Amino acid sequence: MHPILFFLFAGFCLAGAINLLLQTHPINSALSLIVVMTSLAVLYLLLGAEFLFMAQIIVYAGAVMVLFVFVVMLLNAGREERTLGSRAAARVGFPAVVAVLAVLASIILRAQGLDSVHLGTGLTSDPNSSNLVLLSQVLFHELLLPFEVTSVLILIAILGAVALARADGSKVGDAERTSEK
Amino acid sequence: MNFLQQDVPLNWYLLLSAVLFSLGVVGFLIKRNLITVFMSIELMLNAVNLSFVAFAYQWHAVKGQIFVFFVMMVAAAEAAVGLAIIIAVFRARGTLAVDRIDLMKL
Repeated sequence: MHPILFFLFAGFCLAGAINLLLQTHPINSALSLIVVMTSLAVLYLLLGAEFLFMAQIIVYAGAVMVLFVFVVMLLNAGREERTLGSRAAARVGFPAVVAVLAVLASIILRAQGLDSVHLGTGLTSDPNSSNLVLLSQVLFHELLLPFEVTSVLILIAILGAVALARADGSKVGDAERTSEK
Repeated sequence: MNFLQQDVPLNWYLLLSAVLFSLGVVGFLIKRNLITVFMSIELMLNAVNLSFVAFAYQWHAVKGQIFVFFVMMVAAAEAAVGLAIIIAVFRARGTLAVDRIDLMKL
């Protein structure tokens, strides 16, 4: 069962990623990125990360991608024009990508001592515990401060997004002043 | 039938992660639309998250999964700010083509 699930969703991942590159319309790219993220969520589940499976679907495939689709529609982004691209990308970028991929693949394929992933086994062998218990114990005791700092980060990000995306301040002031008159 | 009972080696997950990361880099280089370039960055982040989860499985380390959780939170904040910047750029220059947004290019 496991190889079938792995190959099915790894195939979805790769197909979605390649489709993201081939599509010229941003909305199609966004939809294929949703396919990639949802298949990655299933792979997290196969690796015994139930919490990340839900978080990936809710945060990435849900919130972040809705934001992307929303911005694509808001800006009415049309078909992208094919250009030659920059010379630096062709001369340095693509050889660098191929080199990095070749090095990574050779290291990964020659690596010894890596486990095989067995379905249903998590990070703990204790039958009274589970991955979720383990994760929340570490997250809410040992790493409580970083967790709370993340909420401040998100608050600042919200303020920054509102400040950046709203209309120019002077124009808003002008509109208010003219409406007062 | 024997194939179906087999376990999947962790190397394949890591290889998938490396290939997805490379596809993200290629997308970053060849896409000409600001939003799709940003999507390629998200694809790279996801690919790295997959290898974090795979290594967390290998070493039975729950902190690997927690790190992925933090990466997700930061990526959500980054997406909100990045898309706001894209809206501001579109408002200022009226285009999303990266070839035309070249004010800081040498």
